[in-house]
Amino acid sequence: MENKKEKEPVPETWQLRLYVAGETARSVAAISNLRKICEEYLAGHYHLEVIDVFKVPMLGIEDQVVAIPTLIKRQPQPERRIIGNLSNTEEVLASLDIKRGT
Amino acid sequence: MVIKKKTSVPVTLKKTLTGIKGFDEITFGGVPKGRSTLIVGGPGSGKTVFSMEFLVQGIRHWNEPGLFISFEETFVDLVENFGSMGYDLNKLSKEGKLIIDQIVIKSGDVRESGEYNLDGLFSRMEHYIVTNNVKRVVIDTIEALFSKIPSEVILRSELRRLFLWLKSKGVTALITAEPGQYMMTRHGIEEYVADCLIILDLRIFEQLMTRRLRIMKYRGSAHGTNEYPFIIDNTGFSVLPITSIGLEHKISSDFLSSGIQGMDELLGGKGFYRGSSIVISGMAGSGKSIFAASVCNTACEQGLKCLYLSSEESHDQVIRNMKSVGLDLEPWVKKDLLKFSASRPNSNGLESHLLTIYDLTESFKPDVVVFDPVTNLTTVGSINEVKSMLTRMMDYLKKNLITTVLTDLTSGGAVPEHTNVKISSLIDSWVVLAVAREKSKRKRELFIMKTRGIASSPNVYDFAITYRGIEIFKNDQMQEEKLVA
Repeated sequence: MENKKEKEPVPETWQLRLYVAGETARSVAAISNLRKICEEYLAGHYHLEVIDVFKVPMLGIEDQVVAIPTLIKRQPQPERRIIGNLSNTEEVLASLDIKRGT
Repeated sequence: MVIKKKTSVPVTLKKTLTGIKGFDEITFGGVPKGRSTLIVGGPGSGKTVFSMEFLVQGIRHWNEPGLFISFEETFVDLVENFGSMGYDLNKLSKEGKLIIDQIVIKSGDVRESGEYNLDGLFSRMEHYIVTNNVKRVVIDTIEALFSKIPSEVILRSELRRLFLWLKSKGVTALITAEPGQYMMTRHGIEEYVADCLIILDLRIFEQLMTRRLRIMKYRGSAHGTNEYPFIIDNTGFSVLPITSIGLEHKISSDFLSSGIQGMDELLGGKGFYRGSSIVISGMAGSGKSIFAASVCNTACEQGLKCLYLSSEESHDQVIRNMKSVGLDLEPWVKKDLLKFSASRPNSNGLESHLLTIYDLTESFKPDVVVFDPVTNLTTVGSINEVKSMLTRMMDYLKKNLITTVLTDLTSGGAVPEHTNVKISSLIDSWVVLAVAREKSKRKRELFIMKTRGIASSPNVYDFAITYRGIEIFKNDQMQEEKLVA
Protein backbone atom coordinates (compact mmCIF):
# COMPACT_ATOMS: atom_id res chain seq x y z
CA MET A 1 0.00 0.00 0.00
CA GLU A 2 2.80 2.39 0.91
CA ASN A 3 4.65 1.56 -2.28
CA LYS A 4 1.67 2.16 -4.43
CA LYS A 5 1.10 5.59 -3.05
CA GLU A 6 4.67 6.52 -3.65
CA LYS A 7 4.54 5.36 -7.25
CA GLU A 8 1.41 7.22 -8.20
CA PRO A 9 3.01 10.43 -9.37
CA VAL A 10 5.03 8.47 -11.94
CA PRO A 11 3.22 8.91 -15.29
CA GLU A 12 1.38 5.84 -16.54
CA THR A 13 2.26 4.00 -19.70
CA TRP A 14 -0.37 4.03 -22.47
CA GLN A 15 -0.79 0.56 -23.91
CA LEU A 16 -2.11 1.06 -27.41
CA ARG A 17 -2.98 -1.41 -30.10
CA LEU A 18 -3.77 -0.25 -33.61
CA TYR A 19 -5.41 -2.61 -36.08
CA VAL A 20 -4.83 -1.92 -39.75
CA ALA A 21 -5.33 -3.89 -42.94
CA GLY A 22 -2.45 -4.15 -45.37
CA GLU A 23 -0.57 -1.09 -46.54
CA THR A 24 -3.48 0.94 -47.77
CA ALA A 25 -3.41 4.72 -47.71
CA ARG A 26 -5.91 4.61 -44.87
CA SER A 27 -3.72 2.32 -42.78
CA VAL A 28 -0.59 4.32 -43.46
CA ALA A 29 -2.43 7.53 -42.53
CA ALA A 30 -3.73 6.03 -39.30
CA ILE A 31 -0.27 4.88 -38.27
CA SER A 32 1.38 8.21 -38.98
CA ASN A 33 -1.45 10.21 -37.39
CA LEU A 34 -1.22 8.13 -34.24
CA ARG A 35 2.59 8.26 -34.04
CA LYS A 36 2.48 12.03 -34.33
CA ILE A 37 -0.05 12.34 -31.51
CA CYS A 38 1.83 9.90 -29.31
CA GLU A 39 5.17 11.64 -29.80
CA GLU A 40 3.63 14.99 -29.10
CA TYR A 41 1.60 14.10 -26.01
CA LEU A 42 2.88 10.80 -24.65
CA ALA A 43 6.57 10.76 -25.50
CA GLY A 44 8.22 8.02 -23.48
CA HIS A 45 4.96 6.93 -21.91
CA TYR A 46 3.40 4.78 -24.49
CA HIS A 47 3.70 1.35 -26.03
CA LEU A 48 2.17 0.96 -29.47
CA GLU A 49 1.53 -2.31 -31.31
CA VAL A 50 0.44 -2.14 -34.94
CA ILE A 51 -1.36 -5.28 -36.13
CA ASP A 52 -2.31 -6.16 -39.69
CA VAL A 53 -5.57 -8.15 -39.52
CA PHE A 54 -4.84 -9.96 -42.76
CA LYS A 55 -1.43 -11.11 -41.46
CA VAL A 56 -2.46 -11.93 -37.88
CA PRO A 57 -6.22 -12.55 -38.02
CA MET A 58 -6.55 -14.27 -34.64
CA LEU A 59 -5.75 -11.14 -32.63
CA GLY A 60 -8.44 -9.16 -34.43
CA ILE A 61 -10.89 -11.99 -33.88
CA GLU A 62 -10.15 -12.06 -30.14
CA ASP A 63 -10.46 -8.31 -29.89
CA GLN A 64 -13.72 -8.38 -31.92
CA VAL A 65 -12.40 -5.89 -34.39
CA VAL A 66 -14.78 -5.20 -37.26
CA ALA A 67 -13.95 -1.69 -38.42
CA ILE A 68 -10.47 -0.93 -39.70
CA PRO A 69 -8.51 1.00 -38.55
CA THR A 70 -9.41 0.43 -34.91
CA LEU A 71 -7.30 1.83 -32.11
CA ILE A 72 -7.71 0.23 -28.69
CA LYS A 73 -6.44 1.91 -25.56
CA ARG A 74 -5.82 -1.00 -23.19
CA GLN A 75 -4.14 1.02 -20.46
CA PRO A 76 -4.87 3.17 -18.59
CA GLN A 77 -8.31 1.78 -17.84
CA PRO A 78 -11.07 2.07 -18.92
CA GLU A 79 -10.47 0.46 -22.29
CA ARG A 80 -11.51 2.72 -25.15
CA ARG A 81 -11.86 2.24 -28.87
CA ILE A 82 -11.64 4.67 -31.70
CA ILE A 83 -12.25 3.79 -35.32
CA GLY A 84 -11.09 5.63 -38.44
CA ASN A 85 -7.83 6.95 -39.86
CA LEU A 86 -7.34 9.08 -36.72
CA SER A 87 -7.33 12.30 -38.71
CA ASN A 88 -9.32 14.14 -36.06
CA THR A 89 -6.75 14.80 -33.35
CA GLU A 90 -9.28 16.20 -30.89
CA GLU A 91 -11.33 13.00 -30.97
CA VAL A 92 -8.24 10.85 -30.58
CA LEU A 93 -7.01 12.84 -27.59
CA ALA A 94 -10.43 12.69 -25.95
CA SER A 95 -10.80 8.97 -26.34
CA LEU A 96 -7.26 8.29 -25.16
CA ASP A 97 -7.89 10.39 -22.05
CA ILE A 98 -4.96 12.63 -22.83
CA LYS A 99 -5.17 15.99 -21.19
CA ARG A 100 -3.56 18.75 -23.16
CA GLY A 101 -0.77 20.72 -21.65
CA THR A 102 0.13 18.09 -19.08
CA MET B 1 -46.85 -26.27 -58.68
CA VAL B 2 -47.14 -26.08 -62.38
CA ILE B 3 -43.67 -25.09 -63.45
CA LYS B 4 -41.94 -27.77 -65.45
CA LYS B 5 -38.46 -28.68 -64.39
CA LYS B 6 -36.79 -29.23 -67.70
CA THR B 7 -37.88 -26.19 -69.63
CA SER B 8 -37.27 -23.41 -67.17
CA VAL B 9 -33.86 -23.90 -65.60
CA PRO B 10 -31.09 -22.24 -67.60
CA VAL B 11 -27.96 -24.36 -67.86
CA THR B 12 -25.76 -21.48 -66.78
CA LEU B 13 -27.21 -21.01 -63.30
CA LYS B 14 -25.58 -23.37 -60.87
CA LYS B 15 -27.35 -24.19 -57.66
CA THR B 16 -26.37 -25.51 -54.29
CA LEU B 17 -28.67 -28.01 -52.66
CA THR B 18 -29.61 -26.84 -49.20
CA GLY B 19 -30.66 -30.26 -47.94
CA ILE B 20 -33.68 -28.61 -46.35
CA LYS B 21 -36.72 -30.83 -46.78
CA GLY B 22 -38.97 -29.45 -49.51
CA PHE B 23 -36.96 -26.32 -50.20
CA ASP B 24 -34.79 -27.84 -52.89
CA GLU B 25 -37.92 -29.04 -54.65
CA ILE B 26 -39.63 -25.67 -54.84
CA THR B 27 -36.45 -23.96 -56.04
CA PHE B 28 -35.55 -26.79 -58.43
CA GLY B 29 -32.21 -27.37 -56.85
CA GLY B 30 -31.56 -25.00 -53.98
CA VAL B 31 -29.96 -21.57 -53.69
CA PRO B 32 -27.68 -19.92 -56.29
CA LYS B 33 -24.23 -21.44 -56.04
CA GLY B 34 -21.39 -19.10 -55.15
CA ARG B 35 -23.74 -16.23 -54.44
CA SER B 36 -25.59 -14.68 -51.56
CA THR B 37 -29.22 -15.29 -50.77
CA LEU B 38 -31.16 -13.02 -48.49
CA ILE B 39 -33.44 -14.61 -45.89
CA VAL B 40 -35.91 -12.05 -44.59
CA GLY B 41 -38.11 -12.62 -41.57
CA GLY B 42 -39.20 -11.12 -38.28
CA PRO B 43 -38.20 -12.36 -34.84
CA GLY B 44 -38.97 -16.03 -34.37
CA SER B 45 -39.72 -16.61 -38.04
CA GLY B 46 -37.08 -19.29 -38.39
CA LYS B 47 -34.24 -17.44 -40.13
CA THR B 48 -31.60 -18.84 -37.85
CA VAL B 49 -32.94 -22.39 -38.07
CA PHE B 50 -33.10 -22.22 -41.86
CA SER B 51 -29.56 -20.88 -42.10
CA MET B 52 -28.05 -23.25 -39.60
CA GLU B 53 -29.73 -26.22 -41.22
CA PHE B 54 -28.24 -25.12 -44.55
CA LEU B 55 -24.79 -25.46 -42.99
CA VAL B 56 -25.45 -28.67 -41.08
CA GLN B 57 -26.96 -30.42 -44.10
CA GLY B 58 -24.05 -29.18 -46.20
CA ILE B 59 -21.63 -30.88 -43.84
CA ARG B 60 -23.74 -33.99 -43.51
CA HIS B 61 -24.51 -34.67 -47.16
CA TRP B 62 -21.83 -32.95 -49.17
CA ASN B 63 -18.99 -32.58 -46.71
CA GLU B 64 -18.92 -28.84 -47.22
CA PRO B 65 -17.58 -26.98 -44.18
CA GLY B 66 -19.68 -24.05 -43.00
CA LEU B 67 -19.08 -20.75 -41.26
CA PHE B 68 -21.81 -19.23 -39.11
CA ILE B 69 -21.23 -15.58 -38.21
CA SER B 70 -23.58 -14.76 -35.37
CA PHE B 71 -24.19 -11.20 -34.28
CA GLU B 72 -26.84 -12.12 -31.77
CA GLU B 73 -26.81 -15.60 -30.36
CA THR B 74 -23.87 -17.03 -28.47
CA PHE B 75 -22.22 -20.32 -29.31
CA VAL B 76 -23.70 -21.90 -26.19
CA ASP B 77 -27.23 -20.73 -27.06
CA LEU B 78 -26.96 -22.04 -30.59
CA VAL B 79 -25.62 -25.41 -29.43
CA GLU B 80 -28.47 -25.70 -26.96
CA ASN B 81 -31.22 -24.62 -29.36
CA PHE B 82 -30.12 -26.94 -32.12
CA GLY B 83 -29.45 -29.79 -29.74
CA SER B 84 -33.21 -30.16 -29.39
CA MET B 85 -33.40 -30.77 -33.14
CA GLY B 86 -30.87 -33.52 -32.93
CA TYR B 87 -27.96 -31.47 -34.28
CA ASP B 88 -24.76 -31.80 -32.36
CA LEU B 89 -23.19 -28.46 -33.22
CA ASN B 90 -20.53 -28.98 -30.60
CA LYS B 91 -19.29 -32.11 -32.33
CA LEU B 92 -19.36 -30.54 -35.80
CA SER B 93 -17.48 -27.59 -34.46
CA LYS B 94 -14.82 -29.78 -32.77
CA GLU B 95 -14.34 -31.63 -36.04
CA GLY B 96 -13.60 -28.30 -37.68
CA LYS B 97 -16.53 -28.70 -40.07
CA LEU B 98 -18.65 -25.98 -38.57
CA ILE B 99 -17.27 -22.69 -37.36
CA ILE B 100 -19.58 -20.69 -35.18
CA ASP B 101 -18.13 -17.24 -34.73
CA GLN B 102 -19.90 -14.79 -32.54
CA ILE B 103 -19.04 -11.18 -33.18
CA VAL B 104 -19.70 -8.84 -30.33
CA ILE B 105 -19.39 -5.26 -31.40
CA LYS B 106 -19.01 -2.96 -28.48
CA SER B 107 -20.95 0.09 -29.41
CA GLY B 108 -20.83 2.09 -26.20
CA ASP B 109 -17.30 3.41 -26.07
CA VAL B 110 -16.51 3.66 -29.74
CA ARG B 111 -15.58 6.99 -31.21
CA GLU B 112 -15.02 7.88 -34.80
CA SER B 113 -12.12 9.80 -36.22
CA GLY B 114 -11.91 9.79 -39.99
CA GLU B 115 -12.57 7.10 -42.53
CA TYR B 116 -12.71 3.38 -41.91
CA ASN B 117 -13.99 0.20 -43.50
CA LEU B 118 -15.00 -3.29 -42.35
CA ASP B 119 -11.77 -5.10 -43.12
CA GLY B 120 -11.87 -6.54 -39.63
CA LEU B 121 -14.93 -8.53 -40.63
CA PHE B 122 -13.46 -9.43 -44.01
CA SER B 123 -10.14 -10.63 -42.61
CA ARG B 124 -11.96 -12.66 -40.03
CA MET B 125 -14.12 -14.40 -42.58
CA GLU B 126 -11.20 -14.89 -44.91
CA HIS B 127 -9.24 -16.52 -42.13
CA TYR B 128 -11.96 -19.12 -41.55
CA ILE B 129 -12.74 -19.63 -45.21
CA VAL B 130 -9.10 -20.35 -46.04
CA THR B 131 -8.09 -22.40 -42.99
CA ASN B 132 -11.23 -24.53 -42.88
CA ASN B 133 -11.94 -24.68 -46.61
CA VAL B 134 -15.39 -23.21 -45.98
CA LYS B 135 -17.95 -23.53 -48.78
CA ARG B 136 -21.09 -22.25 -47.05
CA VAL B 137 -21.37 -19.02 -45.10
CA VAL B 138 -24.18 -17.63 -42.98
CA ILE B 139 -24.34 -14.11 -41.56
CA ASP B 140 -27.07 -13.85 -38.93
CA THR B 141 -28.22 -11.11 -38.91
CA ILE B 142 -26.65 -8.38 -40.96
CA GLU B 143 -29.05 -5.83 -39.43
CA ALA B 144 -26.99 -5.89 -36.26
CA LEU B 145 -24.27 -3.91 -38.03
CA PHE B 146 -26.61 -0.97 -38.52
CA SER B 147 -26.85 -0.30 -34.82
CA LYS B 148 -23.15 -0.79 -34.23
CA ILE B 149 -21.42 0.98 -37.08
CA PRO B 150 -21.82 4.73 -36.60
CA SER B 151 -21.71 5.75 -40.27
CA GLU B 152 -24.51 4.36 -42.40
CA VAL B 153 -22.84 5.69 -45.54
CA ILE B 154 -19.71 3.68 -44.86
CA LEU B 155 -21.74 0.64 -43.84
CA ARG B 156 -23.75 0.63 -47.05
CA SER B 157 -20.75 0.84 -49.28
CA GLU B 158 -19.11 -1.88 -47.21
CA LEU B 159 -22.12 -4.16 -47.55
CA ARG B 160 -21.95 -3.80 -51.29
CA ARG B 161 -18.28 -4.73 -51.10
CA LEU B 162 -19.07 -7.64 -48.77
CA PHE B 163 -21.45 -9.30 -51.20
CA LEU B 164 -19.02 -8.91 -54.08
CA TRP B 165 -16.25 -10.21 -51.87
CA LEU B 166 -18.25 -13.29 -50.84
CA LYS B 167 -18.87 -13.98 -54.51
CA SER B 168 -15.16 -13.66 -55.27
CA LYS B 169 -14.44 -16.25 -52.58
CA GLY B 170 -16.74 -18.72 -54.32
CA VAL B 171 -18.78 -19.40 -51.18
CA THR B 172 -22.55 -19.81 -51.14
CA ALA B 173 -23.92 -17.47 -48.51
CA LEU B 174 -27.16 -16.90 -46.68
CA ILE B 175 -27.60 -13.47 -45.15
CA THR B 176 -30.47 -12.96 -42.76
CA ALA B 177 -32.32 -9.67 -42.41
CA GLU B 178 -35.37 -8.22 -40.74
CA PRO B 179 -38.41 -7.13 -42.72
CA GLY B 180 -39.01 -3.41 -43.18
CA GLN B 181 -42.08 -1.25 -43.31
CA TYR B 182 -41.43 0.46 -46.61
CA MET B 183 -38.75 -1.77 -48.04
CA MET B 184 -38.49 -5.52 -48.03
CA THR B 185 -35.81 -5.37 -45.38
CA ARG B 186 -35.52 -2.82 -42.63
CA HIS B 187 -32.48 -1.14 -44.15
CA GLY B 188 -33.14 -1.92 -47.79
CA ILE B 189 -30.33 -4.46 -48.03
CA GLU B 190 -32.16 -6.23 -50.86
CA GLU B 191 -30.62 -3.56 -53.07
CA TYR B 192 -27.21 -5.22 -52.63
CA VAL B 193 -28.17 -8.87 -52.82
CA ALA B 194 -30.43 -9.21 -55.74
CA ASP B 195 -30.08 -12.79 -56.83
CA CYS B 196 -32.34 -14.63 -54.48
CA LEU B 197 -34.66 -13.39 -51.80
CA ILE B 198 -36.68 -15.57 -49.46
CA ILE B 199 -39.32 -14.35 -47.04
CA LEU B 200 -40.22 -16.24 -43.89
CA ASP B 201 -43.37 -15.34 -42.08
CA LEU B 202 -45.13 -16.34 -38.89
CA ARG B 203 -48.87 -15.95 -38.63
CA ILE B 204 -51.39 -16.71 -36.00
CA PHE B 205 -54.85 -17.54 -37.21
CA GLU B 206 -57.55 -18.79 -34.90
CA GLN B 207 -54.93 -19.48 -32.26
CA LEU B 208 -52.97 -21.69 -34.59
CA MET B 209 -49.51 -20.70 -35.59
CA THR B 210 -48.60 -21.15 -39.21
CA ARG B 211 -45.25 -20.52 -40.75
CA ARG B 212 -44.94 -19.62 -44.41
CA LEU B 213 -42.08 -19.35 -46.84
CA ARG B 214 -42.13 -17.44 -50.08
CA ILE B 215 -39.52 -16.97 -52.76
CA MET B 216 -39.78 -13.31 -53.63
CA LYS B 217 -37.13 -13.31 -56.25
CA TYR B 218 -34.82 -15.79 -57.86
CA ARG B 219 -32.94 -14.25 -60.72
CA GLY B 220 -32.45 -16.54 -63.67
CA SER B 221 -34.41 -19.40 -62.24
CA ALA B 222 -37.91 -20.71 -62.17
CA HIS B 223 -39.36 -21.13 -58.74
CA GLY B 224 -42.66 -21.85 -57.11
CA THR B 225 -44.56 -18.64 -56.49
CA ASN B 226 -46.89 -19.89 -53.79
CA GLU B 227 -46.60 -19.32 -50.13
CA TYR B 228 -45.40 -22.60 -48.79
CA PRO B 229 -46.23 -23.67 -45.28
CA PHE B 230 -43.24 -24.88 -43.34
CA ILE B 231 -42.66 -26.26 -39.94
CA ILE B 232 -39.84 -26.36 -37.48
CA ASP B 233 -39.93 -29.46 -35.33
CA ASN B 234 -37.51 -31.87 -33.73
CA THR B 235 -36.19 -32.85 -37.16
CA GLY B 236 -35.47 -29.30 -38.24
CA PHE B 237 -36.91 -27.16 -40.97
CA SER B 238 -39.33 -28.64 -43.54
CA VAL B 239 -41.07 -26.86 -46.36
CA LEU B 240 -44.25 -28.52 -47.51
CA PRO B 241 -44.88 -27.84 -51.17
CA ILE B 242 -48.59 -27.33 -51.81
CA THR B 243 -48.35 -29.68 -54.73
CA SER B 244 -44.82 -30.72 -55.24
CA ILE B 245 -45.14 -32.93 -58.23
CA GLY B 246 -47.74 -31.48 -60.52
CA LEU B 247 -49.92 -34.12 -62.04
CA GLU B 248 -47.24 -36.33 -63.44
CA HIS B 249 -48.07 -39.34 -61.31
CA LYS B 250 -47.10 -42.74 -62.41
CA ILE B 251 -50.30 -44.64 -62.70
CA SER B 252 -51.05 -48.21 -62.10
CA SER B 253 -53.32 -50.50 -64.00
CA ASP B 254 -53.25 -53.08 -61.20
CA PHE B 255 -56.29 -53.45 -59.03
CA LEU B 256 -56.86 -53.68 -55.33
CA SER B 257 -59.90 -55.61 -54.22
CA SER B 258 -62.28 -53.85 -51.85
CA GLY B 259 -62.48 -57.05 -49.84
CA ILE B 260 -66.24 -56.68 -49.75
CA GLN B 261 -68.44 -59.33 -51.16
CA GLY B 262 -70.27 -57.92 -54.14
CA MET B 263 -68.44 -54.61 -54.16
CA ASP B 264 -65.78 -55.42 -56.72
CA GLU B 265 -68.47 -56.36 -59.17
CA LEU B 266 -69.93 -52.91 -58.90
CA LEU B 267 -66.50 -51.60 -59.77
CA GLY B 268 -66.25 -53.53 -62.98
CA GLY B 269 -65.19 -56.77 -61.34
CA LYS B 270 -61.69 -56.11 -60.08
CA GLY B 271 -61.91 -53.43 -57.41
CA PHE B 272 -60.12 -50.09 -57.14
CA TYR B 273 -57.04 -49.08 -59.06
CA ARG B 274 -53.93 -49.39 -56.98
CA GLY B 275 -52.46 -46.02 -56.17
CA SER B 276 -55.81 -44.31 -56.54
CA SER B 277 -57.57 -42.25 -53.92
CA ILE B 278 -60.86 -43.47 -52.54
CA VAL B 279 -63.36 -41.68 -50.38
CA ILE B 280 -66.03 -43.42 -48.37
CA SER B 281 -68.56 -40.89 -47.18
CA GLY B 282 -71.59 -41.30 -45.01
CA MET B 283 -73.29 -40.33 -41.78
CA ALA B 284 -72.31 -41.52 -38.34
CA GLY B 285 -72.82 -45.28 -38.04
CA SER B 286 -73.14 -45.85 -41.76
CA GLY B 287 -70.25 -48.32 -41.86
CA LYS B 288 -67.41 -46.21 -43.22
CA SER B 289 -64.77 -47.60 -40.91
CA ILE B 290 -65.83 -51.16 -41.63
CA PHE B 291 -65.58 -50.45 -45.31
CA ALA B 292 -62.06 -49.06 -44.87
CA ALA B 293 -61.03 -51.95 -42.63
CA SER B 294 -62.24 -54.42 -45.26
CA VAL B 295 -59.92 -52.88 -47.80
CA CYS B 296 -57.08 -53.17 -45.28
CA ASN B 297 -57.88 -56.75 -44.47
CA THR B 298 -57.88 -57.82 -48.10
CA ALA B 299 -54.68 -55.95 -48.83
CA CYS B 300 -52.96 -57.64 -45.88
CA GLU B 301 -54.20 -61.04 -47.07
CA GLN B 302 -52.28 -60.36 -50.26
CA GLY B 303 -49.19 -59.44 -48.28
CA LEU B 304 -49.55 -55.71 -48.85
CA LYS B 305 -48.77 -53.25 -46.08
CA CYS B 306 -51.39 -50.91 -44.64
CA LEU B 307 -51.07 -47.82 -42.54
CA TYR B 308 -54.24 -47.03 -40.60
CA LEU B 309 -54.39 -43.44 -39.41
CA SER B 310 -57.17 -43.10 -36.93
CA SER B 311 -58.20 -39.69 -35.70
CA GLU B 312 -61.05 -40.92 -33.56
CA GLU B 313 -60.54 -44.38 -32.19
CA SER B 314 -57.59 -46.03 -30.56
CA HIS B 315 -55.78 -48.99 -32.04
CA ASP B 316 -57.42 -51.47 -29.61
CA GLN B 317 -60.85 -50.02 -30.20
CA VAL B 318 -60.59 -50.45 -33.95
CA ILE B 319 -59.37 -54.05 -33.59
CA ARG B 320 -62.19 -54.90 -31.17
CA ASN B 321 -64.90 -53.28 -33.25
CA MET B 322 -63.76 -54.92 -36.45
CA LYS B 323 -63.66 -58.34 -34.78
CA SER B 324 -67.38 -58.00 -34.09
CA VAL B 325 -68.07 -57.83 -37.81
CA GLY B 326 -65.78 -60.68 -38.68
CA LEU B 327 -62.66 -58.73 -39.54
CA ASP B 328 -59.69 -59.95 -37.52
CA LEU B 329 -56.97 -57.39 -38.02
CA GLU B 330 -54.77 -58.44 -35.14
CA PRO B 331 -52.70 -61.05 -37.05
CA TRP B 332 -51.76 -58.42 -39.60
CA VAL B 333 -50.47 -56.15 -36.88
CA LYS B 334 -48.35 -59.00 -35.53
CA LYS B 335 -47.00 -59.76 -39.00
CA ASP B 336 -46.09 -56.10 -39.35
CA LEU B 337 -48.37 -55.72 -42.34
CA LEU B 338 -50.73 -53.36 -40.56
CA LYS B 339 -49.69 -50.36 -38.54
CA PHE B 340 -52.01 -48.13 -36.55
CA SER B 341 -51.36 -44.53 -35.74
CA ALA B 342 -53.97 -42.82 -33.63
CA SER B 343 -53.71 -39.10 -33.04
CA ARG B 344 -56.10 -36.25 -32.84
CA PRO B 345 -55.06 -33.64 -35.37
CA ASN B 346 -55.85 -30.72 -33.07
CA SER B 347 -52.99 -31.60 -30.80
CA ASN B 348 -50.59 -31.01 -33.64
CA GLY B 349 -51.87 -28.62 -36.23
CA LEU B 350 -52.35 -29.53 -39.85
CA GLU B 351 -48.84 -29.14 -41.06
CA SER B 352 -47.19 -31.24 -38.41
CA HIS B 353 -49.94 -33.79 -38.88
CA LEU B 354 -49.05 -33.96 -42.53
CA LEU B 355 -45.42 -34.34 -41.68
CA THR B 356 -46.18 -37.18 -39.29
CA ILE B 357 -47.93 -38.92 -42.16
CA TYR B 358 -44.92 -38.37 -44.41
CA ASP B 359 -42.59 -39.73 -41.78
CA LEU B 360 -44.73 -42.78 -41.09
CA THR B 361 -45.01 -43.44 -44.80
CA GLU B 362 -41.28 -43.13 -45.30
CA SER B 363 -40.50 -45.50 -42.47
CA PHE B 364 -43.28 -48.07 -42.84
CA LYS B 365 -43.58 -47.97 -46.65
CA PRO B 366 -47.26 -48.93 -46.84
CA ASP B 367 -49.15 -49.94 -49.99
CA VAL B 368 -52.43 -48.67 -48.59
CA VAL B 369 -53.06 -45.72 -46.29
CA VAL B 370 -56.39 -45.34 -44.49
CA PHE B 371 -57.34 -42.03 -42.95
CA ASP B 372 -60.37 -42.47 -40.70
CA PRO B 373 -62.10 -40.04 -40.56
CA VAL B 374 -60.59 -37.18 -42.48
CA THR B 375 -63.43 -34.91 -41.35
CA ASN B 376 -61.79 -34.32 -37.97
CA LEU B 377 -59.20 -32.16 -39.63
CA THR B 378 -61.72 -29.37 -40.03
CA THR B 379 -61.48 -28.79 -36.31
CA VAL B 380 -57.90 -27.59 -36.73
CA GLY B 381 -58.04 -25.62 -39.93
CA SER B 382 -60.31 -23.85 -42.32
CA ILE B 383 -61.81 -25.80 -45.22
CA ASN B 384 -59.24 -24.32 -47.57
CA GLU B 385 -56.34 -25.20 -45.33
CA VAL B 386 -57.61 -28.76 -44.94
CA LYS B 387 -58.10 -29.04 -48.66
CA SER B 388 -54.59 -27.80 -49.29
CA MET B 389 -53.17 -30.25 -46.79
CA LEU B 390 -55.15 -33.17 -48.19
CA THR B 391 -54.16 -32.28 -51.74
CA ARG B 392 -50.56 -32.44 -50.78
CA MET B 393 -51.02 -35.64 -48.86
CA MET B 394 -52.84 -37.34 -51.69
CA ASP B 395 -50.32 -36.15 -54.24
CA TYR B 396 -47.55 -37.49 -52.12
CA LEU B 397 -49.20 -40.85 -51.62
CA LYS B 398 -50.15 -41.08 -55.27
CA LYS B 399 -46.62 -40.36 -56.34
CA ASN B 400 -45.57 -43.34 -54.27
CA LEU B 401 -48.33 -45.50 -55.80
CA ILE B 402 -50.01 -45.84 -52.44
CA THR B 403 -53.74 -46.44 -52.42
CA THR B 404 -55.47 -43.93 -50.15
CA VAL B 405 -58.75 -44.61 -48.42
CA LEU B 406 -60.34 -41.62 -46.72
CA THR B 407 -63.54 -41.79 -44.75
CA ASP B 408 -65.61 -38.66 -44.62
CA LEU B 409 -68.33 -38.06 -42.11
CA THR B 410 -71.43 -36.43 -43.53
CA SER B 411 -73.25 -34.46 -40.91
CA GLY B 412 -76.93 -35.10 -40.35
CA GLY B 413 -79.13 -33.31 -42.82
CA ALA B 414 -76.31 -32.61 -45.22
CA VAL B 415 -76.57 -33.66 -48.82
CA PRO B 416 -74.83 -37.03 -49.03
CA GLU B 417 -73.35 -36.04 -52.36
CA HIS B 418 -71.13 -33.46 -50.68
CA THR B 419 -67.95 -34.40 -49.00
CA ASN B 420 -67.51 -32.33 -45.91
CA VAL B 421 -63.96 -31.38 -46.67
CA LYS B 422 -64.60 -30.43 -50.30
CA ILE B 423 -62.15 -32.85 -51.79
CA SER B 424 -64.41 -34.49 -54.33
CA SER B 425 -62.39 -33.17 -57.25
CA LEU B 426 -59.21 -34.73 -55.91
CA ILE B 427 -60.44 -38.25 -55.58
CA ASP B 428 -60.61 -41.09 -58.04
CA SER B 429 -63.34 -43.21 -56.50
CA TRP B 430 -66.13 -42.16 -54.24
CA VAL B 431 -68.48 -44.50 -52.48
CA VAL B 432 -71.47 -43.05 -50.62
CA LEU B 433 -73.02 -44.98 -47.74
CA ALA B 434 -76.48 -43.91 -46.64
CA VAL B 435 -78.97 -44.97 -44.04
CA ALA B 436 -82.62 -44.66 -45.05
CA ARG B 437 -85.54 -45.21 -42.79
CA GLU B 438 -88.02 -47.70 -44.03
CA LYS B 439 -91.02 -48.45 -41.85
CA SER B 440 -89.69 -49.61 -38.50
CA LYS B 441 -86.15 -50.31 -39.53
CA ARG B 442 -83.18 -48.58 -40.98
CA LYS B 443 -82.09 -49.61 -44.39
CA ARG B 444 -78.53 -49.29 -45.53
CA GLU B 445 -77.81 -48.15 -49.02
CA LEU B 446 -74.70 -47.72 -51.02
CA PHE B 447 -73.83 -46.24 -54.36
CA ILE B 448 -70.78 -45.29 -56.31
CA MET B 449 -70.66 -41.57 -56.92
CA LYS B 450 -67.71 -41.83 -59.23
CA THR B 451 -64.80 -43.96 -60.24
CA ARG B 452 -62.29 -42.63 -62.68
CA GLY B 453 -61.36 -45.04 -65.41
CA ILE B 454 -63.68 -47.82 -64.27
CA ALA B 455 -67.07 -48.64 -65.70
CA SER B 456 -68.97 -48.72 -62.45
CA SER B 457 -72.55 -49.51 -61.72
CA PRO B 458 -74.95 -46.58 -61.60
CA ASN B 459 -77.44 -48.29 -59.27
CA VAL B 460 -78.16 -47.84 -55.61
CA TYR B 461 -77.66 -51.06 -53.66
CA ASP B 462 -78.79 -52.27 -50.32
CA PHE B 463 -76.16 -53.62 -48.02
CA ALA B 464 -75.91 -55.03 -44.55
CA ILE B 465 -73.30 -55.13 -41.86
CA THR B 466 -73.12 -58.72 -40.71
CA TYR B 467 -70.78 -60.82 -38.64
CA ARG B 468 -69.00 -61.44 -41.91
CA GLY B 469 -68.49 -57.77 -42.61
CA ILE B 470 -70.26 -55.77 -45.29
CA GLU B 471 -72.49 -57.66 -47.67
CA ILE B 472 -74.02 -56.06 -50.71
CA PHE B 473 -77.29 -57.33 -52.11
CA LYS B 474 -78.37 -57.17 -55.64
CA ASN B 475 -81.98 -56.39 -56.41
CA ASP B 476 -83.34 -56.34 -52.90
CA GLN B 477 -82.32 -59.84 -51.95
CA MET B 478 -82.26 -58.87 -48.31
CA GLN B 479 -81.41 -61.75 -46.09
CA GLU B 480 -82.76 -60.41 -42.89
CA GLU B 481 -81.76 -63.26 -40.63
CA LYS B 482 -78.09 -62.43 -41.09
CA LEU B 483 -78.35 -58.91 -39.86
CA VAL B 484 -76.58 -57.89 -36.74
CA ALA B 485 -76.85 -54.20 -37.16
